[in-house]
Amino acid sequence: MINAEPTGETRRQGIGGDDDVVRVRQLVRAAAVATKLSLVDQTKLVTAASELARNTLIHGGGGYAEVIPVTNGRRNGILIVFVDDGPGIVDLDLAFTDGYTTAGGLGLGLSGARRLMDEFRVETTPGEGTTVSAVKWER
Amino acid sequence: METNTALRLAAVLADRQDAVVEAWSDAVRETLRGRLTRAELDRQLADLYTLLRTLLESGSSSLGRPDAADLRSMLSDLSHARARQGFSVSETAISVFALKAAFYRAAGDDDHVSKADFAAFSLFIDDLGLHTVETYVAARDSIITEQSQQLMELSTPVVKLWDGVVAVPLIGTLDSARSQIVMERLLQALVDTGSPYAILDITGVPAVDTQVAQHILKTVVAAQLMGAQCIISGIRPQIAQTIVSLGIEFGEIVTKANLSDALQYALRSLGTDIGKRAPRGAVI
Repeated sequence: MINAEPTGETRRQGIGGDDDVVRVRQLVRAAAVATKLSLVDQTKLVTAASELARNTLIHGGGGYAEVIPVTNGRRNGILIVFVDDGPGIVDLDLAFTDGYTTAGGLGLGLSGARRLMDEFRVETTPGEGTTVSAVKWER
Repeated sequence: METNTALRLAAVLADRQDAVVEAWSDAVRETLRGRLTRAELDRQLADLYTLLRTLLESGSSSLGRPDAADLRSMLSDLSHARARQGFSVSETAISVFALKAAFYRAAGDDDHVSKADFAAFSLFIDDLGLHTVETYVAARDSIITEQSQQLMELSTPVVKLWDGVVAVPLIGTLDSARSQIVMERLLQALVDTGSPYAILDITGVPAVDTQVAQHILKTVVAAQLMGAQCIISGIRPQIAQTIVSLGIEFGEIVTKANLSDALQYALRSLGTDIGKRAPRGAVI
């Protein structure tokens, strides 16, 4: 489990098309600015959100994203959650392998997003869907 | 609406025309805040009123009928014009809905009109209002589509920086549609100018994720196939750190922090020498 208590309002954005990926990015950037993350952390968070939102769209067949300001008692951060009810991930290790792709991309989205974030958690059931939760803490 | 009701309403509308139009015009003018002149508005509403009365005189209130075509197109023109002038949807709809209150105020004391007639009239105006809102939304949608196309074309210029050097300053989100346009324009510019160097400047790209990187890499490879060398410039510190974390490799591609460094690199490679001008009066 990710140890994170919400400190603010949960903002939700449906993901059903390319436009929505842009909306998720804008939502996440606004939350990151409000939480006063550094410019580097903002960019990392927004980029990871962009990768995960596109995964939700392309592999999950659409779903939604939630952006939540959180704290772990010592530091503030942003929790992003991506939920889809798509086919799920059968082999998680393979999915995290750099360069492995099923959609013709660079194969760095999921693994890259994990490196960009401070905490990262994937819950997936084949045939039922995938939920990715990740946190970026302020430094 | 029944034929008798329509004919009764038409008779009253004809009878009280001046009073109803005046009350209507007064109510609408309050919402316009001076964006239309009184004369313009009065003329619009009087035309609309006449068409509406003519339709009722034919014994029908259905907007779908062929003899309502004039009224429909007048309403469409009105809401198109309002959408272009920046009126909000409620400001546009109120122009039509205000007729209800105006009619009641100016003809409420008329013995020929029953409560049921007023109710029927109200439903009729609702139809007109809905038609107005629908065309307003359609007009807005077409404006948005036009604008996004214009933006797409505007935001991907290919500029010639020097003899042999072209540059594409990329600004905003680089999605598949835009990167396709960028690639086409850049390759065409390489042919047209015969330039051996192309600079892709990403200063204005807010985030470089794997999709953006892939689009950039494809453009670079395409340019290389045509014998040109691509330089990527405008990589800010936060973008550089993100690219490293993501694990994207730009390989042999030359990257520079800003456009000026990229231009300098290209000019050096071309053998073009630009020195500072010697101070006036200096002995060389």
